[in-house]
Amino acid sequence: MSEMVTLKIDNQEVQAAAGTTVIEAARKVNIQIPNLCSNPELEPYGACRMCMVEITHGKRTRLVASCIYEVAEGLIVKTDTERVNNVRRLVIELMLARNPRHPALLNLAAQFGIEKTRFDVEVKGCILCGQCVRTCREVVGVAAIGFEGRGTIRKVAPPFNESPADCIACGSCAYVCPVDVIPMKDKGGVREIWGTQFPMAQCQGCGRDIAPKRQLEHFAKITDQTLDDLTKSCVHCR
Amino acid sequence: MTNKINSPAELKELQQKAQKRIDPQKPCIAICTGTGCLAYGTQNLVDTLRTEIDQRNLSDQVSIRTTGCHGFCERGPMMVIYPQKIFYQQIKNEDIPDIIDKTIQNGEILDRLLYKDPVSGDKIVYEHDVPFYKKQNRLVFGMNGLIEPTSIEDYLAIGGYSALAKALGDMQPQAVIDEVIAAKLRGRGGGGFPTGWKWDATRKAEGDPKYVICNADEGDPGAYMDRSLLEGNPHSVLEGMIIGAYAIGSSQGYIYVRNEYPLAVENITLAIEKARELGLIGQNILGTGFSFDILINRGGGAFVCGESSALFASIEGRTGEPRAKYVHATDRGLHDKPTTLNNVETWANVPLIIDKGSDWYAAIGTENSKGTKIFSLVGKINNTGLVEVPMGISLREIIYDIGGGIPNGKKFKAVQTGGPSGGCIPEQHLDMPVDFDELSKIGSMMGSGGMIVMDERNCMVDVAKYFLSFLEGESCGKCTPCREGIRQMRKILDRITEGNGTMEDLDTLEWMCPAIADGSLCALGGSAPNPVLTTMRYFRDEYEAHIKDRKCPAGVCKALITYTIDQDACTGCMVCARICPTQAATGKKKEAHTIDQAACIKCGACYESCKFDAVKVS
Repeated sequence: MSEMVTLKIDNQEVQAAAGTTVIEAARKVNIQIPNLCSNPELEPYGACRMCMVEITHGKRTRLVASCIYEVAEGLIVKTDTERVNNVRRLVIELMLARNPRHPALLNLAAQFGIEKTRFDVEVKGCILCGQCVRTCREVVGVAAIGFEGRGTIRKVAPPFNESPADCIACGSCAYVCPVDVIPMKDKGGVREIWGTQFPMAQCQGCGRDIAPKRQLEHFAKITDQTLDDLTKSCVHCR
Repeated sequence: MTNKINSPAELKELQQKAQKRIDPQKPCIAICTGTGCLAYGTQNLVDTLRTEIDQRNLSDQVSIRTTGCHGFCERGPMMVIYPQKIFYQQIKNEDIPDIIDKTIQNGEILDRLLYKDPVSGDKIVYEHDVPFYKKQNRLVFGMNGLIEPTSIEDYLAIGGYSALAKALGDMQPQAVIDEVIAAKLRGRGGGGFPTGWKWDATRKAEGDPKYVICNADEGDPGAYMDRSLLEGNPHSVLEGMIIGAYAIGSSQGYIYVRNEYPLAVENITLAIEKARELGLIGQNILGTGFSFDILINRGGGAFVCGESSALFASIEGRTGEPRAKYVHATDRGLHDKPTTLNNVETWANVPLIIDKGSDWYAAIGTENSKGTKIFSLVGKINNTGLVEVPMGISLREIIYDIGGGIPNGKKFKAVQTGGPSGGCIPEQHLDMPVDFDELSKIGSMMGSGGMIVMDERNCMVDVAKYFLSFLEGESCGKCTPCREGIRQMRKILDRITEGNGTMEDLDTLEWMCPAIADGSLCALGGSAPNPVLTTMRYFRDEYEAHIKDRKCPAGVCKALITYTIDQDACTGCMVCARICPTQAATGKKKEAHTIDQAACIKCGACYESCKFDAVKVS
């Protein structure tokens, strides 16, 4: 077992394993730090900046992203200061300028007493948290989508904006998206995602759709099986 | 000269040999072929110079030295004729025969090519008497004029690589670090972090290999000191890096240089080849058992790649995006290994410190800012160019004594230091010493050395908007406050400059600035609010004039200004009518002109061209 350290989060003493992050330590004692890009299944990323907290370590006090910053012995963390909340209010209003309607953002805004953004609204939908891109690379392991462009024109897209060659149509990207802006549709034996139609594979037993053929082929490959093995039966007829 | 040097003693021999090649009494024309002067067409001058010298069979009696940037870019093309150091400026191709026949052969000074001091009206013959150079202390940059950057022999002849021999031959690595710590050298790239401490931390960090990197991703608008150093004296940077690598215990170095600097890339590439041939880079350097090599990594020009973690990502072949720096690069930098990243100018200071000692170095400058700093002095200034000044000199001395003040009798308004994320400093702080800590106190920073001078015709809201637009375009887009925040601040400034701003907009900006600074992932966003903060702090009246009076006091913001012609002052010279691109300015000869407001596009051409100050902007 790894070494444990003791830190203080909002005046509460917390024990956490060295190497874990402040947001994880806070979660353990039921202090919820708001965030939009942090996901326990993914590598820390630190992009949305909702999870900023104020830390004092030694003589220095500063703001850090709690989804990346690692716990340390004697660390003092405050999750609810004026400085912290100012950053969060800014981030929420900036996100609302990209996506003024999604309930996830509106709920977060309501927690901070924000009804609407004071900024110019340019609806983009996507808030660029990168969970889709990171899930595809880190969890699914195919990296079929990525970021395109830099700065304000940054967006999530398949390579060259073409039909994604490596996509297995698993739908993980759509599933993790916190603001539901990745459209996915299953209809007539076909899954449509990223502007591409992927045929579904059918159960040899009952004939129902199991999953996209590409996804099953991918699983077959990494688990050393064949597509035939994976389509013998399904959850419905097993 | 292809034999490897096997000991410090052999290096000394080679230096002496290189020195003997040069007869100090033989006339030598050192002509600036830095990128700025090349843009003036200097290559033509060099070609003509060679042809004319050949035609006269004088190649044994006069030599030509094509050097890097001399700094006084305002006056290019320029040359210094040795041994007297006669300074000729704004030279044209037609002047070349006279230079050879009269000056070189007869010692006659060509009056028309001399620099005329605009203050005293005196013509100045020698380089060291030119006011632009007089108050400078060109420890690092001065060598540019003495060598051909493509010649390692030239660098050896002025004592180049002596510091390396001293470090490797006589000093333990820790002693080298202690010397740099004692010299109190601070990073010249902007942060001002003590260089010696950084080296010490990298040396003590666990991990192998360790890397040293030269950050040459210079990108501040108007700044070109790093480029000019790499172009003009690449070996000084290499020497600094090799010494640093020895001190830290590194075997591999990188130079990250933007590909838009073709001459810098060419010269540093050649310098590495030559140094490798002589065994100054590679295996068993100077026979001491120390091995170190350097690779060049050409950057695609993203401003954010000057940020350390983005630079590492770029070298590693990933997208140039920063990551959170809660672990120092000295522990986990490039490839997660201990890494020292220093700026070009920082590296070029190292040989001086080792060669002359920390006591000598620390005697220059202020308590906590030692040595000299090269600034790129641009904007509304008479003497545009690169200036190297001792720390502690006042901004006023740089702008008025070295820079020659503001052109066209205009009034000084502000000086912007520290690049796009620095701040605008007003008249009241001009006597501030140039010092890392003092500049931070007034809301600006040293930065990498950009210094943009502004006069009464610069609108400070427009200036803030300009820097925000630059940063908006250069933000990598990873974190929200930087990507979205800078854009929204820029949009607010757009509104204000278009006459649609409100006083609440100022409150919004004041609220956003600290939140963006606190919330951003890297220093790009962290310092992006500085231009807005400092202009709002020192020039709030201009913001309010835009909002409350719908006026731009500097006469810049097109939506808020009107050009008119003073009927009494106008002489009817017709210059404005001729220059106006939309025929809005009209009138008969010797009669007062008028401007048709409906046709006027507010380009200001009439204003700039009127010799009688009859065009008014309000």
